[in-house]
Amino acid sequence: MPFEKVLMKNVGVPNSPSLKVYESRGGYEGARIALKMTPDALVELVKKANVRGRGGAGFPAGMKWSFLPKDRTVTYLCVNADESEPPTFCNRVTMEHDPHMLLEGILIAGWATRTTTAYIYMRGEFTEQYHIMQKAVDEAYAAGYFGRNVMGSGYAMDCYIHRGAGAYVCGEETGLIESLEGKRGWPRIKPPFPAIEGAFRKPTVVNNVETLACLPHILTRGVDWWLSIGPAGSHGPKMFCISGPVNRPGCYEAPLGVTVRELIYGDDFARGMRGDKKVKAVSPGGLSMGWLRGDLFPKCPDGQVDPVQDFDELDCRMDFDDVRRYGMLGLGTAALVVVNEDTDLRDVLLNQARFYAHESCGQCTQCREGTGWMYRIAERIHAGAGRKLDLDILCEVTANMGMMPGMSICGLPDGAVFPIRTLVQKFRREFEAAIDRQAPDAAAQRIRSVNPAAYELPIYEGRATRNIRGTMSSDHYSGSQR
Amino acid sequence: MSWKVIDRNQVAADQLGPGLSALTREKIRGFFSRYPTKQACLLPALHIAQDQIGYCSLRAMREIAELLEISPSQVMDVVTFYTHFWTHPKGRKVIVLCRSISCELMGGREVREAIERRLGIGNHETSADGEYSLLMEECLAGCDHAPCMLINERMHKCVRPEDVERILADAKNDQLDIPRSTTYDAGR
Repeated sequence: MPFEKVLMKNVGVPNSPSLKVYESRGGYEGARIALKMTPDALVELVKKANVRGRGGAGFPAGMKWSFLPKDRTVTYLCVNADESEPPTFCNRVTMEHDPHMLLEGILIAGWATRTTTAYIYMRGEFTEQYHIMQKAVDEAYAAGYFGRNVMGSGYAMDCYIHRGAGAYVCGEETGLIESLEGKRGWPRIKPPFPAIEGAFRKPTVVNNVETLACLPHILTRGVDWWLSIGPAGSHGPKMFCISGPVNRPGCYEAPLGVTVRELIYGDDFARGMRGDKKVKAVSPGGLSMGWLRGDLFPKCPDGQVDPVQDFDELDCRMDFDDVRRYGMLGLGTAALVVVNEDTDLRDVLLNQARFYAHESCGQCTQCREGTGWMYRIAERIHAGAGRKLDLDILCEVTANMGMMPGMSICGLPDGAVFPIRTLVQKFRREFEAAIDRQAPDAAAQRIRSVNPAAYELPIYEGRATRNIRGTMSSDHYSGSQR
Repeated sequence: MSWKVIDRNQVAADQLGPGLSALTREKIRGFFSRYPTKQACLLPALHIAQDQIGYCSLRAMREIAELLEISPSQVMDVVTFYTHFWTHPKGRKVIVLCRSISCELMGGREVREAIERRLGIGNHETSADGEYSLLMEECLAGCDHAPCMLINERMHKCVRPEDVERILADAKNDQLDIPRSTTYDAGR
């Protein structure tokens, strides 16, 4: 059965953000079907379809809804449109070209959870998209899709757009709720989970834009259609974003389970690399998920996954489970960024280390200090004053941050750990070669310009090395201290 | 030795900056019905105040605190957390340049250098004529059109260093060509 685009079927249609065009192309049919069902039946349906959240963690949406307490009177639905993960832009495409599909999804999810008010938390950088969304919301209100009496069913639901102001951590669900309440976007300690006590201390559901955009299609086409797409455990279509030096960067819809190689080289997708360069590295699921080796490296002869040897890893399938075999954190937002053979990976390391150091909210010590530390090390390596020891320190820091070792409130440090760890581990040979090429005295000269407070000790004999050798002496410090 | 009494309020008053206009207050009050608490209107209120004044002045923060029935420190707490709120005057147009991975791979750094050369300003600085401020930010979600930059509300896509001169010379480089919603604008 050929794959049929649903999430992006209206992209490219003239005047696609308008209600008239959306309705003429089968819009709000799903909502009409949903409102005839009971909320509980709707939750069961979505559970049966096993719609896994598209925002990053891949938590089943139906399961999330079923955690809501039964005796609630007020429920809030927060739509996570705070798409800050570089290089993700699929939600932008949805909101720019098909805002009513999102609104229909909100309506369905709202009815399933008996939501009283839905808030679309939109990041501050979305300017044009905000105006398009606001116009769509106004249109939907006027047409009776929101308000006191939704589509004549007697169900009342409001929908507002809440604009953020530039903070990556507000994409975390409890950070988003805090920000919605008019506070710093500091993630909360869980439990209680938002389903029990969320926004304004009431039961709250937080869903990603793309998760909600899938709902109308499940209702109109049925659960069997949904389950027929993609491998077991990861069903449904997904919007894949591809950026970097490829021939045709953009957002493409494909079933889950498509390989990275197909996304980069396929005719329906990015159509290969610009200038026929080789792929050195590719981050398959948004920056936070980690890095894969590209086809600059030879293929593994027996076709197995070998995380230690330098083999081509482009055969990784893009679904919620296969990426983990390659040492990724998860599927994330399924946004690929491709790095070609000409790029210095020290630039990449510095760029991503800076991103996390800048975006860490500063609440947990390990994340606040760890991301800053990794940034300083990356800066030093980038400036040509790195040591091989730095690569070990980076790996050691990454082992002690995040929710997985139980050190933080939210998952941001896990997202900071994986790209840095996988980059350093998988491309260690390249980093070491770059460090070998450094002029020894140049490093000593430049270290102060990089960070005067960072290292007073001689560069090639850091403290840890000497500890290992057992030749550490107290007079060593006297000569180097200011 | 004699004590000199300093009235802190008097000292602060000189640095408070402009306050909210009546129309802006009205606009902020319009958000009250949307949320169950008044504090939740803080982000919209700051957006609106910044649209009127150009930045979040101390007086505006105080007045917003009064309006939302929270303490001024809570307002400042929020203002300093988010990168879009300015605590000092900014230029008439803010150039937000993406520095995340896709834009940097596609030549964002050269664009930044071209802008810095053209305007003579660095990150978080304002040009002498008060026209432009430059701000480096993380991903603007325009990676398929990298490198990209925002001038106020308008996104400029696939910017090359040689385009910078033309874009900055255009007086309407911050105008959107779609109908705008004025919900988050200050009252005028």
